[in-house]
Amino acid sequence: MILEWIGDAVLLLVVLPVVIYLLRGVLNAANGIVPSVTRIAAAARAGSRDLDAVPLLLTTQGQVAKTIEAAANYGGSLDVILDDAKGA
Amino acid sequence: MPAAGVVMVIAVVAIVTVVVFFLVSTILALRAITSGLDDAIAGVVEIIEKSAPVNEVVTNINQNLDAGVDLLEGLLVKKADLRDAVGLVDGLYPGAAAQGLRNFPDSRQIKAPRIGEVYTRGTLTLARLGREAPIAAASPNGPALRNAIYGSHAARTLYSDVRHDKPERLPRSPVIGADSPVQYDPEEEVGGPRKRWGDGSGGSGGSVTQERS
Repeated sequence: MILEWIGDAVLLLVVLPVVIYLLRGVLNAANGIVPSVTRIAAAARAGSRDLDAVPLLLTTQGQVAKTIEAAANYGGSLDVILDDAKGA
Repeated sequence: MPAAGVVMVIAVVAIVTVVVFFLVSTILALRAITSGLDDAIAGVVEIIEKSAPVNEVVTNINQNLDAGVDLLEGLLVKKADLRDAVGLVDGLYPGAAAQGLRNFPDSRQIKAPRIGEVYTRGTLTLARLGREAPIAAASPNGPALRNAIYGSHAARTLYSDVRHDKPERLPRSPVIGADSPVQYDPEEEVGGPRKRWGDGSGGSGGSVTQERS
């Protein structure tokens, strides 16, 4: 009979607090991850939105090609118009 | 049932209840984490898809720009010679001469001539703005655009409605000839020291007149 009471006391005073302590630690760790994951997801969405302008690079590519082409034509004309330097 | 058995049952039920509560809470938190990671993965995948063609496009742009740099550097060196080319680049972008021209490694050793002293600042500004700079337009007998001293005067004539007081207040040139207000005797003048007109008054023009001493 006394052993049963001792077992009850151990169960209530030792086992239950230990279980609560361990499970609370796991729950706190899991809850701590949630905001971080939320921020990561928001950053990924923002990064994806930032890249929405990437297709404009195709326009830039075309404009650069045209600009260099115009510069090449202009340079060719200058090459004809202007005399070379003495050393050249 | 003995009282000790009842207490044990209550204790076990309490422990199981606590375990269930915390485990359910943990499961909910893990589900939230999973959902957030799914969003993050979707965003990252989107980033990867959107940035996939960037490398190719940027490489192509760089190739075109490289070709342009080669063309313009070569043309500049061909027409202006390496030394003046470095000076012109340094005049437009101060300090760029230290970096030199990309296709001409020797240009790094060249001490850039101060093109800004030959071509006026306004001319370089026009060149910098990409406008039609009169660098090559002025003939040797035309306006002194290439003269560092008179270059500003030529620029000021563009604004004739503004009162300019600098050259206009300089000492006038001496009047010479029979109607000159200051006459001199050549016999006394010979061998004697000459006075400079406006001596000590800051006349910077260096105009010299003959005057009795």
